[in-house]
Amino acid sequence: MTPTLLAALTAAREAKRPVVLATRLPGGAQKLLPAPDAPEDLAAAAVRALARDESGTVKLADGEWFLQVHNPPMRIVVVGAVHIAQALVPLAAQLGLAVIVVDPRRSFATAERFPNVTISTEWPDEAMDALAPDARTAVVTLTHDPKLDDPALDRALKSPAFYIGALGSRKTHAARLKRLRELGHDEAALARIRGPVGLPIEAVTAPEIALSILAEIVAVRRGAPLSLAAAA
Amino acid sequence: MSAEAEDVLKTAAAWRAAGEEVALATVTQTWGSSPRPAGSQMAVTASGRMAGSVSGGCIEGAVADAARETMRTGTPQLLDFGVTNERAWEVGLACGGKVKVFVERLA
Repeated sequence: MTPTLLAALTAAREAKRPVVLATRLPGGAQKLLPAPDAPEDLAAAAVRALARDESGTVKLADGEWFLQVHNPPMRIVVVGAVHIAQALVPLAAQLGLAVIVVDPRRSFATAERFPNVTISTEWPDEAMDALAPDARTAVVTLTHDPKLDDPALDRALKSPAFYIGALGSRKTHAARLKRLRELGHDEAALARIRGPVGLPIEAVTAPEIALSILAEIVAVRRGAPLSLAAAA
Repeated sequence: MSAEAEDVLKTAAAWRAAGEEVALATVTQTWGSSPRPAGSQMAVTASGRMAGSVSGGCIEGAVADAARETMRTGTPQLLDFGVTNERAWEVGLACGGKVKVFVERLA
């Protein structure tokens, strides 16, 4: 890889711009995509690889190319700078997720409790509007406080977030669904919320609950055959 | 989650910026039950540092050897690792998978 190309690739990654590094096989000629001068079939293959979020080798008219996908990291928005969040954040970072913690209660959302994490102390609906969850974003609410969880869930349901989870017992969850229904969300929308959150591994401690939540996020992300009923 | 917590490319770039000779190995294609998906990377320096992986540990040694050769010659290589059959190949994937690994020098 030439220094120029490495610099361009590094810059794109830092700016969180999705790019594809295309390498001609076996010769090794390389190109960073999208690029205005890219051949049409190569450009189209790069777009597909980014959408699938999958690196791989493709056969084009001029031979084989390896397409290395560099999508910005998936995000997890954690609403509630609570004890479970403290366990969840480092585990999520290990999994390669970019973490944002949202909690307007400044005594919870401190840099001391959450070192090296992006923290938003805005009200959850405003924070969510600013973060604009996309199909590469997971949203998890942990506050147990409807004043904080509900606005975040409302915004999450209006977004294409790939995972929405809400901490709380079955009883809490039923009450929550009732409130969200009153906000105008239909059953199909409400079914997107995983609650009680996490895989049923009888988690007790904060790290165990964090693990069950992240395991569920991985399962959803990888298309593992989970039934919502099994988790309920 | 395509991005891994361990950012091999970033590590490799930092090593290069610090003046190390660096080669980067990338899985370009897999067949069967290979342990790491296409795009998995390993960085190697002439001084012997290593980061990341391209398999479950079965072929890293051979890839590192190829990486050192590529650092010396500057010529990239496309390596092909097939199924081990105990005698025929000293290096292969015990899991029965097949991988191709592209090795390049960071200039």
